[in-house]
Amino acid sequence: MDPLRRSPSPCSSRASSPRTPPCEMLGFVGIEAVLDQLKIKAMKMGFEFNIMVVGQSGLGKSTMVNTLFKSKMWKSTPPGLGQGPMPQTLQLHSVTHVIEEKGLKLKLTVTDTPGFGDQINNDKCWDPILGYINEQYEQYLQEEILITRQRYIPDTRVHCCIYFVPPTGHCLRPLDIEFLQRLCRTVNVVPVIARADSLTIEERENFRRRIQHNLKTHCIDVYPQKCFDEDISDKILNSKIRDRIPFAVVGADREHLVNGKCVLGRKTKWGIIEVENMAHCEFALLRDLLIRSHLQDLKDITHNVHYENYRVCRLNESHMLPRGPGWVNLAPAPPSVPTTPGPSKARQKVHNNFTEEW
Amino acid sequence: MTSEEARHLLFQSHMATKSCMSSQVSDDEKRKRENIRSLTMCGHVGFENLPDQLVNRSIQQGFCFNILCVGETGIGKSTLIDTLFNTNFEDHESSHFYPHVRLKAQTYELQESNVRLKLTVVNTVGFGDQINKKESYQPIVDYIDAQFEAYLQEELKIKRSLFNYHDSRIHVCLYFISPTGHSLKTLDLLTMKSLDSKVNIIPVIAKADAISKTELQKFKIKLMSELVSNGVHIYQFPTDDETVAKINASMNGQLPFAVVGSMDEVKIGNKMVKARQYPWGIVQVENENHCDFVKLREMLICTNMEDLREQTHSRHYELYRRCKLEEMGFTDVGPESKPLSLQETYEAKRHEFYGELHRKEEEMKQMFVQRVKEKEAILKEAERELQAKFDHLTRVHQEERMKLEEKRRLLEEEIISFSKKKATSEIYQNQTFMAMGSNLKKDKDRKNSNFM
Repeated sequence: MDPLRRSPSPCSSRASSPRTPPCEMLGFVGIEAVLDQLKIKAMKMGFEFNIMVVGQSGLGKSTMVNTLFKSKMWKSTPPGLGQGPMPQTLQLHSVTHVIEEKGLKLKLTVTDTPGFGDQINNDKCWDPILGYINEQYEQYLQEEILITRQRYIPDTRVHCCIYFVPPTGHCLRPLDIEFLQRLCRTVNVVPVIARADSLTIEERENFRRRIQHNLKTHCIDVYPQKCFDEDISDKILNSKIRDRIPFAVVGADREHLVNGKCVLGRKTKWGIIEVENMAHCEFALLRDLLIRSHLQDLKDITHNVHYENYRVCRLNESHMLPRGPGWVNLAPAPPSVPTTPGPSKARQKVHNNFTEEW
Repeated sequence: MTSEEARHLLFQSHMATKSCMSSQVSDDEKRKRENIRSLTMCGHVGFENLPDQLVNRSIQQGFCFNILCVGETGIGKSTLIDTLFNTNFEDHESSHFYPHVRLKAQTYELQESNVRLKLTVVNTVGFGDQINKKESYQPIVDYIDAQFEAYLQEELKIKRSLFNYHDSRIHVCLYFISPTGHSLKTLDLLTMKSLDSKVNIIPVIAKADAISKTELQKFKIKLMSELVSNGVHIYQFPTDDETVAKINASMNGQLPFAVVGSMDEVKIGNKMVKARQYPWGIVQVENENHCDFVKLREMLICTNMEDLREQTHSRHYELYRRCKLEEMGFTDVGPESKPLSLQETYEAKRHEFYGELHRKEEEMKQMFVQRVKEKEAILKEAERELQAKFDHLTRVHQEERMKLEEKRRLLEEEIISFSKKKATSEIYQNQTFMAMGSNLKKDKDRKNSNFM
């Protein structure tokens, strides 16, 4: 019995119908060469990945992005200087780069959210973010329903949203809870504890447990979601990850000499915090999750689950016309100001209805 | 080192030394146009295993491949599929007496190391057997369209699950040409022409052990020139990726492949090989000098399976979708060449439809009212007639009655006069009788008195 042969799980429809008897092959056919064909095709096309970083200013978002991709994505704002007066409303800006490693090209888009949670009254500060995410879904949907479609629809949908939790050491704040509740239904959210070098190991663990408890109490389903685990090995892997969420990370883009090696780290009077050292912080876990092991999974869940949910909601939004069988409304989304809570509320309600149905 | 390992190594070395200068230049230009910076990294990030993640996901999902075999009965379709996939799919010989061409689809699950393949083989049954072959290719075209339609329906659904969908669209059509050695039959040309815009066609010369080598060369050239001159687009192996460009290009020149299929094993030297044994020799299936079977297997499965699937999805299916939606009246661009959304067209159509519906309803109502009126008029007419008749009859009756009355009166008068007459005559008679009676009595009394 081939150890890699997985049994079909109940949530996928891979169960063989009675008409498909498994056949024994008596010799070489060459079917597994299709894997190589896939690889070649993937290398030719290149990959796309879109991340959004959300958090209050000063939590080290830009530095973290630079550390993740080992390049100067952004100039991180030096503390104390800033860019002038704080922006009054939340503005999102994205930056796209193409990075290449061993012949493989990755088109990376990072969206930053300066001004999030910085005002006195932070009510509805998640609306521009939700609006941006939905706008990307809308763009993709419009491309998909054209008559003459492009061969490869450019994918600008946000695949992963990294949420930076400030290291208070207590528990999640109301702003965090509100934001996470709304966002985890539209996009994959990975919460991290930012600037974790201000917490000791014990404080870190306590903080983490409390955050996990908070997440469970408020039914916030962060990535990796439990309901999408396909089989046993996935479950085991993902529960290990779920145990460590949120990761306590430290970002640094300066190199220092430690034991003769040049490592990325933060130099303080009492020592050097190495970013890649698992004993110091969990940056390596975050990087592995995002890039080395779960990148394709993030993209799949965005495409198969979040985008499909959005599509269903859009196609069900009613207008003046009476509904008949096979009725489909594909009107372009009304150019609403992104701060209207209407669509998101309706979507949440519909989503709740769906989950109740299931 | 087995052939699979050799192939893997070959691919890996190609990928590592991939110096796609030409494509890099165009990529750079594209990037400049999009204002995207190319960034150099100062360390190892680790995303070069992204293709592996993709491959792992595909392994989990499994692969799907659908082959359509078109050819006359008995030309060796099932045997070739058996030989290609090295199994014995259960099948029996089909009869030659079917009145129409049908298609028979069977799905099998194959597994090689960790790759699961869901293979669907569709065979034509009764192709070329009928006396009148006019409608032979229509069932095939209909079947292919039906698969596209099913996928389109799934894609247009509101709640859809495309990643779970069992893709039944035909990825490749193996067209079996019989080894006459002369040229293509008219039926073949006609069928291929109607299929070439819907599916990837790979023509193969079946039962190639019936042709000699020299005849085969001439036959191949004749066939290709006929196909080209009739404008039939057969599938060309892709030559844009330089890992496989060379081999594909050389294979393109050897189409159509002359194949021999057999699952019987014959001992040659000290090995058992698949072959067909004749009194004059043994035709080995996997010997490249004897037939092109190995080439077909290489091209179909090992090198181009993914490309076949992609062509089906991005070219043939998109064409079908575009035609279908345009047929229904949807366009991307409106009359003032402003981009028209699907919804506007749909709404317009819906209005039109409802208008039509209402109009028809009105029409029917009008007709109904009209008919009722007519009927009413007829009925009234009938009533009047009846009434008139009734009156007439009553009058007649009255008249009759009066006549009768008259007659009765007359009769009564007569009776009265008669009775009067009778009365007077009786009186008269009585008088005479009484006069006679008194005489008689006197006589009687005299007689009686005599006695006393």
